[in-house]
Amino acid sequence: MIELHGYGPLLVDGAWLTLRVALASVALGLVFGLVGATAKLSNFILLRGAATAYTAIVRGLPELLLLLIVFYGGSLLVQNIWHGLGGESYVEIKPFIAGTFTLAFVFGAYATEVFRGAILAVPKGQVEAAYAVGMGRLQMFRRVMLPQMWRFALPGLGNLWLVLLKDTSLISVVNLNELMYNTRAAAGKTHEPFKFFLAAAVIYLLFTIVSMVVLQYSERRARRGVRMG
Amino acid sequence: MTESVTDQVPDGGNALAVEDLHKSFGPLEVLKGVSATAGEGDVLSIIGASGSGKSTMLRCVNLLETPSAGRIWVGGELIRMKNKGRKGLVPESARQVDRIRSTIGMVFQSFNLWTHMTVMQNLTEAPLHVLKLPKAEAYERAEALLERVGLTDKREHYPAHLSGGQQQRAAIARALAMEPQLMLFDEPTSALDPELVGEVLKVIRDIAEEGRTMIIVTHEMAFAREVSSKAIFLHDGRVEEEGPPSQVFGAPRSERCRQFLAAGEF
Repeated sequence: MIELHGYGPLLVDGAWLTLRVALASVALGLVFGLVGATAKLSNFILLRGAATAYTAIVRGLPELLLLLIVFYGGSLLVQNIWHGLGGESYVEIKPFIAGTFTLAFVFGAYATEVFRGAILAVPKGQVEAAYAVGMGRLQMFRRVMLPQMWRFALPGLGNLWLVLLKDTSLISVVNLNELMYNTRAAAGKTHEPFKFFLAAAVIYLLFTIVSMVVLQYSERRARRGVRMG
Repeated sequence: MTESVTDQVPDGGNALAVEDLHKSFGPLEVLKGVSATAGEGDVLSIIGASGSGKSTMLRCVNLLETPSAGRIWVGGELIRMKNKGRKGLVPESARQVDRIRSTIGMVFQSFNLWTHMTVMQNLTEAPLHVLKLPKAEAYERAEALLERVGLTDKREHYPAHLSGGQQQRAAIARALAMEPQLMLFDEPTSALDPELVGEVLKVIRDIAEEGRTMIIVTHEMAFAREVSSKAIFLHDGRVEEEGPPSQVFGAPRSERCRQFLAAGEF
């Protein structure tokens, strides 16, 4: 076993926070993506325009820049509201919230395109059969569209999840003590950067491997009823 | 002739009536004013060349296509639609449309069984989630129907693992599981290999014989003549010939209908 000079628990704590940020971001990001895709495919030009602006802006900006804008901009906004309400003292939004929101926002923009493609890939007849038995739009979406679009969406979403998992390290910039932040702290204290960065790499890879297993299982499940070859 | 403003169902249309139905896709006018009626227990077959508008007419009945103009009654109830100018007609109440659709069974040319569900799930989906039947009842219905269409041993199979004929029989059972007032068949055998057509026609004939109201769009002339109580020949978006099958198939008054039947190019 490698000697971590008692910094092992710090890395584990960081890893746990990384996982929590990633899971919170993906949950919120999937909602953004579904809403974005629905808006992009809507008949209302205003909704389509808003969704297009969303994906264009988010995909056009570096994640780090977006994070800083959300963190400082968000803090400024909260502070102005706070002062407007008569409050004093300096307030700042929590790095966890700014980070989760930013990553979800980014994930959602890319997922919008993945979901849009997936919705279009579901054969029209499947939807018509749902309407023909008297399902409403929401029920059709939940009972027929959603289970079928996963088949087409999962490979793309899997990619986005892996990117998201690694992008959590950006949040260390605004002092969230996730894996990357704690690793740097440990590396600095012990003057053994190589060892600790390697340890962090192992943990990130472990997350990736587990993700890939889960994704493979989900893809197989989503493909049920589809004949291969 | 003045346009009627009452909601009174046209004579003989207590199961289904369409009045002066128009439908355009962009600049293409597919239906140019079609009227038709079916009484309870009627089997109405709609024949005509490809592009004559027969599938479009059928799909207007359960509003899978919204007509550009015209009126539709199902089971004596007028489907309320308002005119949105350039967009044509739009249903006034989505709830009314959903409710009426749940009383109409639709069988598609390409089956459209839900591919992520087993045959059993396909048959119980709408009874459970649209009609909100108790589980036991929905499954009982499904079992009985599967037996009737000869698919009991396929209940746990996914549609992709069935032949076309089996898929279509399952799709018919799915429609019947809603105990619909009216069954619509949109070229139910056109996507099938010739040797599988017979098993599907047999099931449809069986349903016709129990007195269910049905509208069938088909190219199977001999079958249509045999099962229908009424037939319509559509040509270029208009009703060119209508009457009892003996007339439409045997002694049509319209020259075009005669040519269509003689050509045999369905």
